[in-house]
Amino acid sequence: MSNTEPLLDVTGLTKHFPVKGGFPIRRTVGAVQAVDGLDFQVAQGESLGLVGESGCGKSTTGRLITRLLEPTGGTISYQGKDITHASRKQLAPIRSEIQMIFQDPYASLNPRQTVGKIISGPMEINDIDPAGGREKRVRELLEIVGLNPEHFNRFPHEFSGGQRQRIGVARALALEPKLIVADEPVSALDVSIQAQVVNLLQKVQEELGIAFVFIAHDLAIVRHFSQRVAVMYLGKIVEIADRDDLYGNPRHPYTRALLSAVPEATVDDTPRERIRLTGDVPSPINPPSGCRFRTRCWKATEKCATEAPPLVQVEGNKPGHLTACHYPETGNSAPADRLDKTPRAAA
Amino acid sequence: MTSTDQQPFLSIKDLKVHFSTEDGVVKAVDGLSFDLVRGKTLGIVGESGSGKSVTNLTILGLHNPDSTTVEGSIVLDGDELNGAPEKTLEKLRGNKMSMIFQDALASLSPYHTVGRQIGETYRKHTGCSKKEARDRAIEMLRRVGIPQPDVRVDDYPHQFSGGMRQRAMIAMALVCDPELLIADEPTTALDVTVQAQIMDLLKDLQQEFGTAIIFITHDLGVIADIADDVLVMYGGRCVERGTKEEVLRDPQHPYTLGLLSSMPALDGPVDVPLSPIPGSPPSLLNPPSGCRFHPRCAFAEKVADGLCSTERPPLEVVDGRGSACHLTPEQRRELFADFAGSRQH
Repeated sequence: MSNTEPLLDVTGLTKHFPVKGGFPIRRTVGAVQAVDGLDFQVAQGESLGLVGESGCGKSTTGRLITRLLEPTGGTISYQGKDITHASRKQLAPIRSEIQMIFQDPYASLNPRQTVGKIISGPMEINDIDPAGGREKRVRELLEIVGLNPEHFNRFPHEFSGGQRQRIGVARALALEPKLIVADEPVSALDVSIQAQVVNLLQKVQEELGIAFVFIAHDLAIVRHFSQRVAVMYLGKIVEIADRDDLYGNPRHPYTRALLSAVPEATVDDTPRERIRLTGDVPSPINPPSGCRFRTRCWKATEKCATEAPPLVQVEGNKPGHLTACHYPETGNSAPADRLDKTPRAAA
Repeated sequence: MTSTDQQPFLSIKDLKVHFSTEDGVVKAVDGLSFDLVRGKTLGIVGESGSGKSVTNLTILGLHNPDSTTVEGSIVLDGDELNGAPEKTLEKLRGNKMSMIFQDALASLSPYHTVGRQIGETYRKHTGCSKKEARDRAIEMLRRVGIPQPDVRVDDYPHQFSGGMRQRAMIAMALVCDPELLIADEPTTALDVTVQAQIMDLLKDLQQEFGTAIIFITHDLGVIADIADDVLVMYGGRCVERGTKEEVLRDPQHPYTLGLLSSMPALDGPVDVPLSPIPGSPPSLLNPPSGCRFHPRCAFAEKVADGLCSTERPPLEVVDGRGSACHLTPEQRRELFADFAGSRQH
């Protein structure tokens, strides 16, 4: 397989959820613009991180890629094949190659099924009989994810949160997928357990060459896990770049503010730059015109209100580093007046 | 006492909180002592089940008295709270001491306006009129940075965003100018940019009123930002305490060390795997013998005679600094050296 063709190619991906209202006849009165025109690619074996605050559409994106949700617009192509509106039947062979790991290890495993049944579930559905039988494969998988292979007859409640998440990983690996969408795989776990699962996922990615779409709100963990990172805000990608470019040279004001707001467990003599955004994320039902970040941005002008900035390689960016901003950051422009702005009431 | 000669405002001595359940006795807190002075913030760090929330519910007397045994002493400004009658506690709660909870939506009543909920506490403790309580609520909303407080005071919680609800909770907690504020994971449910706003707000308010704050969190990054002193809890016990600088720069307990090394830093190396703590937190129904951390500890075999699994390490506190570990200071210096090196960037 050539390395030039992306594994997953997403263009203009859009998902609007209808908002119903009115009485006695309920009509569609608006739409939650959860995801609005995303473009990105994922290469073979690559890990793309999706970060953003709650409501920015990162989980919706994950569910669109796996086709758990029907896109409103745009295209998703997997290995050059358009799967945007593929039927259940057409999707069946592809579904075994795109797997998902969920956030909540308590809700995502059936409590009435044994671990063996849970992990062999995907094989059953797809009628796959690996050499040596399904049980042998389940034992192998349990071993890969660091659980005792003898435990295949146990039930999920007999495992701790971290171990359950490992079961979720084993299930995702059962069909030897090419792409795994991991939606906040560690955020429900205790701090001391998070690193265990991150290391496991990293091992899986490197040894089995699986591509990842890694959705998380923890910027440090995303940086650790992903080669490329996309920052989302209110349904749009505001910046996408290689890990080092994004964290070392953030060009979008939101990326910069987000990075500066991450509390770090170090006591530095020289305090880090702190940008304090005012207000909250606006409602995706009625997002701001133009640039969606402008209501919280200290650089916003008239132009930002009327013209949505395109996601392009702005001056000074390395190839592949795209930023959607009319006034990209240069690294030394201090946002001096940011605290003077009055906080806006959320809609 | 930590780094000041002030009298402690809150003093906890050998606190033990045990719950009786069908499966046995849960030793949620097992011998915890600390002091807190006015105007300072104590950060309590620990994982789920470490006893950090139970400790603070017990201080406020919010535990269920039928199924809970509380031993030890809780002295607030000279008054013993453990065993104090409900009436005494009622006068203190919301007045002299108050609490901010993690989930603001679940902690606010959906049926009453935000203003009424804030004013209710004030009326209860001051016996003022409804009008005065409303004015006070508006003033509090303004103080916590809610725009148009005279309009928003009549809104219901669902009309507020997540960050605004947490601000309203803070307004409610501070309405009687409490001297002790307990914040139980107040920012965990919030996004980082809003979390930063709330922490700045708490710091400003503390500077203005000299409130003593207990800040409970599982996030060491938040501790680094807001706390003066840190207490690390594991399995219902304090394993390490000291100033923020001491604990984060020079951890003395393998658990604290493990927590710090397992977190990726924003500017750390990316090509090396993280160093997790193996295993999972202990069950408090049947906790490990000796040091409760020993089954997960990387250094347990360095201690002679298997002491870690048989004997509880004492917490020796000198000048507010201490850790409960059987390793000798020399061993720690040697074994923890790698850590110190990796964090000096």
